[in-house]
Amino acid sequence: MDYFAQQLINGLVLGSIYGLIAIGYTMVYGIVGMINFAHGDIFMIGGFIALITFLILVSFGLTAIPLILLIVLLVSMAITALYGWTVERIAYRPLRHSFRLAPMLSAIGMSFVLTNYSQVSQGARVKPVPPIITGGYTLHEGPGGFVVQLSNIQIIVVITTVVLLALFTWLVSSTRLGRDMRACEQDQTMAALLGVDVDRTISMTFVIGAALAAVAGMMYLLYYGLVDFFMGFVAGIKAFTAAVLGGIGSLPGAMLGGLLIGLIETLWSAYFSVEYKDVAAFSILIVVLIFLPTGLLGRPEVEKV
Amino acid sequence: MQASRAPGVAFIFKKALISALVALVLFSLMIGVRTEPGPQGLLIYETRFGELAAMVATVFGGSIVVELLRQWWGPVGTVRVVPPQVTSALAVAGRWVAPVLLVFTFLVPVIFYNERYILDLGILVLTYVMLGWGLNVVVGLAGLLDLGYVAFYAVGAYSYALLATNFGLSFWVCLPLAGILAAFWGVLLGFPVLRLRGDYLAIVTLAFGEIIRLVIINWQSLTGGPNGVTGIPRPTMFGIPLSPGDDGLAALLGIEFSPTHRIVFLFYLILALALLTNWVTIRLRRLPIGRAWEALREDEVACRALGINTTTTKLTAFATGAMFGGFAGAFFATRQGFISPESFTFQESALVLAIVVLGGMGSQLGVALAALAMIGGFELFRGLDQYRMLVFGMAMVLLMIWRPRGLIGHRAPTVFLERNQAISSDLVKEGHG
Repeated sequence: MDYFAQQLINGLVLGSIYGLIAIGYTMVYGIVGMINFAHGDIFMIGGFIALITFLILVSFGLTAIPLILLIVLLVSMAITALYGWTVERIAYRPLRHSFRLAPMLSAIGMSFVLTNYSQVSQGARVKPVPPIITGGYTLHEGPGGFVVQLSNIQIIVVITTVVLLALFTWLVSSTRLGRDMRACEQDQTMAALLGVDVDRTISMTFVIGAALAAVAGMMYLLYYGLVDFFMGFVAGIKAFTAAVLGGIGSLPGAMLGGLLIGLIETLWSAYFSVEYKDVAAFSILIVVLIFLPTGLLGRPEVEKV
Repeated sequence: MQASRAPGVAFIFKKALISALVALVLFSLMIGVRTEPGPQGLLIYETRFGELAAMVATVFGGSIVVELLRQWWGPVGTVRVVPPQVTSALAVAGRWVAPVLLVFTFLVPVIFYNERYILDLGILVLTYVMLGWGLNVVVGLAGLLDLGYVAFYAVGAYSYALLATNFGLSFWVCLPLAGILAAFWGVLLGFPVLRLRGDYLAIVTLAFGEIIRLVIINWQSLTGGPNGVTGIPRPTMFGIPLSPGDDGLAALLGIEFSPTHRIVFLFYLILALALLTNWVTIRLRRLPIGRAWEALREDEVACRALGINTTTTKLTAFATGAMFGGFAGAFFATRQGFISPESFTFQESALVLAIVVLGGMGSQLGVALAALAMIGGFELFRGLDQYRMLVFGMAMVLLMIWRPRGLIGHRAPTVFLERNQAISSDLVKEGHG
């Protein structure tokens, strides 16, 4: 039971990270209707920028950890958001009204560009950092000597995710930008006729998605203590799986899907085999889609003739 | 809009300046700073302001050049008037491209007999032409987006490799088996995705491709895991080995043995397999099932309304495409003599899909030309080493922006009404149908 509780905690933390990335996928899909294949790599870039900012700040002699974390968070969100904006501007905007496959292939190309760009500029080796946030709480000490622990970093990851989600939900439901985004999701032409700047709204969607991915990248760096240039691919596929599982286009669905994928992966590695954890996650995706073709919380697609 | 119609020097300059500023922020940390493991294993960093400045300057210059080119080219969407002579000349040339290309391909081993590199490259291009034609059945004809095509390639390769190394079966026995097994897996994948459409389909096929790769990596007792399968037998010419021994082809024909014989044989083998794929596809397009694929691509709802069984239509498309992938996989295994999971990554699926889309989704000639351009271009940049994938990714983005519908963008339905027919109203009266 203790072992299960510990895995549950680990799974929720991993799921939070997936959920943050999945929101970027689901938002872009909801508005533009394309799979942003480069989003996983945006997450990776976010991790790298957090790492570099952290190194620079430490070498300048800054020691207050909360201040460092805050600056790292803001810098990596800002620069990664600009990456998201640039990617949209270069690779997707010219193909906005093209046929369906074109932006997707362009996105796959962009994903190759970003992966190899960071490999060329930062090297292929894994970049480790020493643990930045240490310590934690012992929740329960079992009779067999097994200890259920909740580390500080896990608390930080979960709290950051919850705060960001609250902020984001508020943004979508009650600001001008959120209203524009929902309008564009329903009908771009009509939204444009009613004075919504569609291009700007779509750009902002990419910017927000990239900023959330940057937070996920930073959390990944803090939690696992390493980044490498190839981490975006696997994390991206898993997050996209999460978005599809939750019902693509649905924001609570993305978070739910992220948590589910995180839990499945952790529990499977704990009780069955570590090697087949990704196989388990993908198989469950396929099984869910057989029975619920639009995901858990997705709206059924209306077929128009 | 007036400003962008006739932009002056100031406008171009301002635009380039903004691009350079964005580039400065983007590259500041990723290029301006490089992290390296230090002496104690901790990361240290060094600054590279020279490279950063060079990159920003490149973006500035590039932005000006792009803007000037755009002005010279004129606004997008203008209809360029092409003289009719040029159009008709192009049409004549277009009709001759395919036969000339085919004859040239047949002659490649003769012309370049002593150029091992060109022959190897030719085999590689033909392998991708075959994969492209195979995937074209699924994506181009049936309109089902498949991001995990490499899974069937892997199934074919591993089927041949394992059957040949464990049971000593020959290539010619294994080739159909590899195709059948791959088709079987295609049907297996087809079942869950029958109800899915569009992007859900894409992600499930992608997941399927990853599952196959992960199982191959982890099922070490069967597949050898990341080490792969070694010592896969070379193909024989229907039982006659292409070896220097007494029973070899060279000895039988009484000519001197040369290792090039095997390369030439492999070249014609893959050419035959690719042409078989092409021929079967062209024939299938004229059968009811091929018509059903194309109808499915155009409109699934209308398809159902017309009584086409979408289940079998989708499954046959998956199975046919997968079978050709399996053939190509078996060929790949016998050519390499060694296979490992590294050859079957998502990157391969993306490459084949890019070939199909660039080829114009459904055009057989287009796919062949796209494969030639992509693989040939990929080889040209072999010297660039780690920059190669970077250039490849950029090329993919630029090609999509330049020609979103592919190099040869035609997707005319095979059947259409010759002329509009006016039907008299008394024929459609109630009760007359």
